[in-house]
Amino acid sequence: MDKPIRVLVAKPGLDGHDRGAKVIARALRDAGMEVIYTGLRQTPEQIVAAAIQEDVDAIGMSILSGAHNHLFPKVVNLLKEQGVDDVLIVGGGVIPEDDIPFLIESGVEAVFTPGTPTKDVVDFITNNLKR
Amino acid sequence: MDIRERILKGDKRACARLITMIENNNEEAIDILKELYKNTGNAYVVGITGPPGAGKSTLTDKLTKELRKLNKKVGIVAIDPTSPFSGGAILGDRIRMNDLSLDKDVFIRSMGTRGSLGGMSNSTWGAVKVLDIFGCDYIFIETVGVGQSEVDIVKTADTVLMVMVPNLGDDIQAIKAGIMEIADVFSINKSDLDGADKTKVEIEMNLDLNEQKDYRPPVVKVSAGQNKGIDTLLEKILEHRDYLERTDKLKEIRTRNNKLELLKMVEEDLMKIILDKAVKEDLLENLGKKITSKETDPYSAKDEIIALIRK
Repeated sequence: MDKPIRVLVAKPGLDGHDRGAKVIARALRDAGMEVIYTGLRQTPEQIVAAAIQEDVDAIGMSILSGAHNHLFPKVVNLLKEQGVDDVLIVGGGVIPEDDIPFLIESGVEAVFTPGTPTKDVVDFITNNLKR
Repeated sequence: MDIRERILKGDKRACARLITMIENNNEEAIDILKELYKNTGNAYVVGITGPPGAGKSTLTDKLTKELRKLNKKVGIVAIDPTSPFSGGAILGDRIRMNDLSLDKDVFIRSMGTRGSLGGMSNSTWGAVKVLDIFGCDYIFIETVGVGQSEVDIVKTADTVLMVMVPNLGDDIQAIKAGIMEIADVFSINKSDLDGADKTKVEIEMNLDLNEQKDYRPPVVKVSAGQNKGIDTLLEKILEHRDYLERTDKLKEIRTRNNKLELLKMVEEDLMKIILDKAVKEDLLENLGKKITSKETDPYSAKDEIIALIRK
């Protein structure tokens, strides 16, 4: 309890469906993490600014709109530009299997699709922190 | 570059990292604060408190925008409750402040209470110092949603803003002791709803019963969602600041708060020393069971622990 893992949960882009993000946020909370929930319709710039101010260990993004190939790498690159290299980035949502290799290559370290047990997400974050 | 220099130059990452270190009780962070303590004291600290869902975050967002028009640098510490079971938390105050994220002269930090019960977290004091050193002109501390007795904010802030909403209860609620006593400025948010005038009258009538001093807390109707009354509210906050500075009461308040903080830190450290020394978890478990089975009673069990500490 002394040093909880801090995770930013964000919805980049324009789709208004945040049920999944809320379920994940709740699961991370129950796993003892501090979840900074920033809600809907975030720009990559806002997500990066929030991640820096909150000094999070991980960022979890959820997209259901299909814009993942654009928005996920954008967040990764903006963080790099700011010199932030110790934050774990994961994504989730309705993401076609075929797009996942590209996203992983872009620096998103895991992509969780519908049906993933929340425990898998918790475990992945816990075991892959960069600091 | 050293974290000290970076923070004095207004580097947000350094500021964020130092707050994390404070939250995690890192000793190096305490050394840094010792060194930079002389750089504190420029920021004016406003505590924002009120029941859950009253609109504290939205109001903080709007007040910050108003201060930005005056070109002031603003720090925000937003506190939400930590789960007593898992130690986790959902920190959701930022949702109401998202368009401040990109402002280079605004810094927002969310914190979990991490076991503290007074509406704040134990690290809030430290975080406020960091933001002060970082160069903020104003710092807002947004407490968790409070009920009736979480009054710790008054021990930290220069001005306490109480955010009320219409129709939460009758006039008996207004005369109860506790959070209604600590406000320097009252705001009735969501005042576009029915009942705002009645709530205002109830608070005013309660204030009529106070010993009449040279300062009387104003009651301001606002609607943060509709951005109404925010300029007046900020004016009232600044008037309170002006009053404190004019009458030298600001120094009095800060000295009182410093004493309270000091005492709290000593208490914390003492408790740690004592608990480490004498109160081991198995002893507690054992005594707990014995009390349940009536082998002993709580008072004798307490004496037993105290005897161990005295040894």
